[in-house]
Amino acid sequence: MLEIKSLTKSFGDFKAVDNISFSANKGEVLGFLGPNGAGKSTTMKMITGFLDPSIGDATICGKSIKEETLSAQQNLGYVPENAPLYEEMFVREFLEFIAKMREVELDKIESSIDKVIKMCALESVEFQKLETLSKGYKRRVSLAQALIHDPKVLILDEPTDGLDPNQKHDVRELIKELAKEKCILISTHILEEVEEICDRCIIIGEGEKLFEGTPQELKAKSDKGRIQDVFRAITLGNELEGVRV
Amino acid sequence: MINQSIKNLFLKEFSGYFKTPLGYVFLVIFLFGIGYLTFEPGRGSFFYMREASMTSFFKYIPWMFLFLIPAVSMKLWSEERKSGTIELLLTMPVTVKQAVVAKFLASWAFIGVALLGTFPMILTVLYLGNPDLGVIFLGYLASFLMAGALLAIGGFFSALTKNQVVSFILTVCVSFLIVMAGSPPILEFISSLFPKYFVDLFESLSVLNHFDSIERGVLSLSNLWFFSVMIGFWLYGNMILLEENKAN
Repeated sequence: MLEIKSLTKSFGDFKAVDNISFSANKGEVLGFLGPNGAGKSTTMKMITGFLDPSIGDATICGKSIKEETLSAQQNLGYVPENAPLYEEMFVREFLEFIAKMREVELDKIESSIDKVIKMCALESVEFQKLETLSKGYKRRVSLAQALIHDPKVLILDEPTDGLDPNQKHDVRELIKELAKEKCILISTHILEEVEEICDRCIIIGEGEKLFEGTPQELKAKSDKGRIQDVFRAITLGNELEGVRV
Repeated sequence: MINQSIKNLFLKEFSGYFKTPLGYVFLVIFLFGIGYLTFEPGRGSFFYMREASMTSFFKYIPWMFLFLIPAVSMKLWSEERKSGTIELLLTMPVTVKQAVVAKFLASWAFIGVALLGTFPMILTVLYLGNPDLGVIFLGYLASFLMAGALLAIGGFFSALTKNQVVSFILTVCVSFLIVMAGSPPILEFISSLFPKYFVDLFESLSVLNHFDSIERGVLSLSNLWFFSVMIGFWLYGNMILLEENKAN
């Protein structure tokens, strides 16, 4: 469903993303890990068609994001980093706008808004202005807007960042639920999250892919079973006691 | 047929002007300001002219626009870029071109609403005498076209920077230069630096000259051509700039 082929992005001499390839299928949650500035968001921006790749391509449900940008984007739901929203709009109004832009059929708009409001537990703030919402609710609205057109592929850039433990739990549960029907690429800093929800994970550092495998494989690299040690060893290139990379 | 994405984005943007104080502040200041300038006994010449025409009204339109239009256009793209919503917008099935056109049209329509709000002026001159309605219509057309040109300039500078104040100031400066391009002080300055043909070219860019010509009741093809090229040129620049800048 999602296929990334040697994606590269250079800004001048600097290579923000360097030759990254991977693929993901329906029913799979792929974790995308890496330190800050490793190129996670840049990669996601290229997959969603916001940035043009310098080299390489991404295909979403068989459509190339480079050649058939608009039809590829129709199968995509995207939660950008920090979940930006049009703050002066009301929750329902905002979702309606997104639904229309996403070309949801007119007679299905109401029902799809009701559906995502229920899924993301937004009932109590449905008629509030976005700028008055708490961070947790804003994240959920951002998630709702990504789901409104029932896309086959979801790209989530740090969707649980800044949420309290309960909210994180809710969002993870939602992602697990969604994973049955969709292909999800999720970037995160929270390693426990990877163990809990991801079927596979990719670690990148300085724009390059450093690891690809299951969270169990990652864990097995450490004698103590500590993912965070393995993550440090891989991304910093340090040798750590009891960790084989 | 108008593209659906353009239509949806246009409607969202247009209604957005009435959801924030900006829209109302603009309307109040514009309507109050233009009314005051038209009738103010010292400078406004409406009463001195002793004729039922809107000449004194249209005389002040360019000056009101010069400062108020950049206030409308400054947020067009800088806000989207600053808050990151541009990522939301441009990952939906909409192209940069469509987005630029939709936002521009929405802001233009908003200025259209502001101009419609000056209708009591028409009623006043109709009550006082028999004004030439054709000339009044052309005056409004000239004002609307000029607004379009200034909004296109403003959109361009709004895509240039994330800072709304910088975008406002740059738009005012460049708009002033282009509006006044035909005025003696600016022409003298230009002619001291550049050859004659460049000065002539520069003078032909004067928005005010074209505005005056339509406002006096002479609508020529070259005037319409001028405003369409002006709007097209700056919008095209806006699209290119946005493609380049969106990710920064």
